Amino acid sequence: MADSFTFFLIQILNGVQEGLLLFLVASGLTLVFGIMGIINLAHGSFYMLGAYLAFALAAATGNLLVAIMLAIPLALAIGLALEFLLFRHLYRRDHLYQVLLTYGLILVFEESRSLVFGDDVHGVAIPRFLDFSIPLTANLSYPAYRLAMSAVCLLVAGAMWLLIAKTRLGMAIRAGATNREMVQSLGIDIAWVYRAVFALGVALAAFAGMIAAPVASVFPGMGNQILIISFVVVVIGGIGSIKGAFLGSLLIGLADTFGQVLVPQLAGMTVYVLMAAVLVWRPAGLFGSRAA
Amino acid sequence: MTIVNNKESRRRVLKSMAATAGAVAAASFVPVRFAIGQQAKVKLGLMLPYTGTYAALGKNIDDALRLAISEKGGKLGGRDIEYVTLDDESEPAKGSENANKLVSRDKVDFLIGTVHSGVVMAMVKVARDTDTMLIIPNGGVSAATRELCAPNIFRTSFSNWQPAYAMGKVAADQGKKRAVVISWDYAAGKESTDAFTESFTKGGGKTEKELFLPFPGVEFQPLLTEIASVKPDVVYAFFAGGGAVKFVKDYAAAGLKASIPLVGPGFLTDGTLEGQGDAAQGMETTLHYADGLTFPKNLAFRAAFKKATSRDADVYAVQGYDTGTLLLSGLGAVKGDVKARQALVGAMEKTAFDSPRGKFTLSKAHNPVQDFYLRKVQGLENRYVSIAIKALADPATGCKMG
Repeated sequence: MADSFTFFLIQILNGVQEGLLLFLVASGLTLVFGIMGIINLAHGSFYMLGAYLAFALAAATGNLLVAIMLAIPLALAIGLALEFLLFRHLYRRDHLYQVLLTYGLILVFEESRSLVFGDDVHGVAIPRFLDFSIPLTANLSYPAYRLAMSAVCLLVAGAMWLLIAKTRLGMAIRAGATNREMVQSLGIDIAWVYRAVFALGVALAAFAGMIAAPVASVFPGMGNQILIISFVVVVIGGIGSIKGAFLGSLLIGLADTFGQVLVPQLAGMTVYVLMAAVLVWRPAGLFGSRAA
Repeated sequence: MTIVNNKESRRRVLKSMAATAGAVAAASFVPVRFAIGQQAKVKLGLMLPYTGTYAALGKNIDDALRLAISEKGGKLGGRDIEYVTLDDESEPAKGSENANKLVSRDKVDFLIGTVHSGVVMAMVKVARDTDTMLIIPNGGVSAATRELCAPNIFRTSFSNWQPAYAMGKVAADQGKKRAVVISWDYAAGKESTDAFTESFTKGGGKTEKELFLPFPGVEFQPLLTEIASVKPDVVYAFFAGGGAVKFVKDYAAAGLKASIPLVGPGFLTDGTLEGQGDAAQGMETTLHYADGLTFPKNLAFRAAFKKATSRDADVYAVQGYDTGTLLLSGLGAVKGDVKARQALVGAMEKTAFDSPRGKFTLSKAHNPVQDFYLRKVQGLENRYVSIAIKALADPATGCKMG
């Protein structure tokens, strides 16, 4: 039986790993939603953008790490530009306008993707120094890239916690979420805080797409899949709560993993059942301050 | 999901507007004399994937079909041919609309398509509703030649049941006792894994676990871990295209390849070997075509296809070629008179195919009764090993015809 316990632990590792990647996407979504009050349906497109940037730049430079280094500033720049050109006009508008604009953005991103890259599924090569597997049991090895990916996700999560809890910018972000006018009258340029938060959210989602590209492949509509599941995470965790997004992501990752193994016939449903259960128990989500 | 649908419907509206505008413009410019004094052309409506993941497959089917007909003089029963092509985008949601377009707007005599089983189902429904002749050159969804079979519906490829049943027998004959089956959670996947289990059980084996993941997901890690914990003698997987590349590579990266053989229907390693690389070497699969078949017909076909397209032929090209053969035989028998439906269907049913895949005939349910080959991956080829099952016919459960 020691054997089956080992496999149980490996499945937990799988679930945590899926959850950590999801966290990168969901954290940006919950920040933009909770702090700026924007429902951003285009968030999944940023994930896709990151994956395709990694694919294109890795093909051009022959090295995924170089590609990621180049793609992160690009993603940040795109985030800043989008905020300046489009999103800042939406802060005081109704949610309906936000849904219209961001839905329109999904169409624009998907069509551009189709024009530039076509509709085929593409693979991205794993960097050579990580392209090996570590034997865990007699017959199962674990790809080193997946472990490295999880480690990077954990680092990013830690850095975010530091940023939000320990820095001046983090303080301004938290304060701005509670009372925008008060922060402004204290002499803090809230517009720039929002812009930074938005660009950070875009970069996080794009980064998730970049590091996931080698294990998930790059394909049309990949953004929509992760968008839906990210909204589930945001709802479970409580809107605007980074802590909630973290726990929610891990819960979803584990539920999805064990759902696939234990009830394969209902694999697609487990995460939604989990969401329903959490909402019955806590209608505002795990760490939500107000009713969603 | 609404997101995707809304987007599609917007596209659809634009496209159909453009198409209508085009049709109106074309209609007003057609010189009248073409319509008089000349026998009308036979209209073939090719509804295939010309873009997207399956584009290469659709192209091969299309090219090989035209090759078959042009080898015989480029006419069907003495009549010239007009090809109407339509991109199905492998999009089941647009299937019936596209098929209806070909039937009611273009008034095609034959509907021919397609690759994706979901779209095939939509085409089958349209063909049944409008009583249009339909030839399926790939999609293996079993229902098309089972409960939904009809005199006007033919298939020149296979049913999902066939290659899977052949593989189950091979695995059992090799002395394997415990299996795990894995696929996407959709009709074709379930049909395939069930058929494997059917013959594997008959041969004394047992399927210990069935694993499914949502289509078209490629996060296989939890399922690979589960396979390692069950420790079966063999794993049967049904995936195609990008999913097949990913699964075979992940399977090898998880270290499972060394201890548990991975097998599947031919699609697991067909047209995907370049992407799979070393991970696929030595894998065994079953299909109705293989590399290294030495029939003179196959050699001649491969040479002709290469000459016409400068690409290498594959199983999809073979199926397209045989679709051409079926048209030639049917329309040849009725001298091009598509209205003589009964004689046409009768002649098509009796077609003796001298195909690149080997000789075969059609079952009463209009599905090929054909040999299935065991193949082994060597380099970039699925080399012929042996005949897994001779003249295998789909059971055609629920087909009331014939």
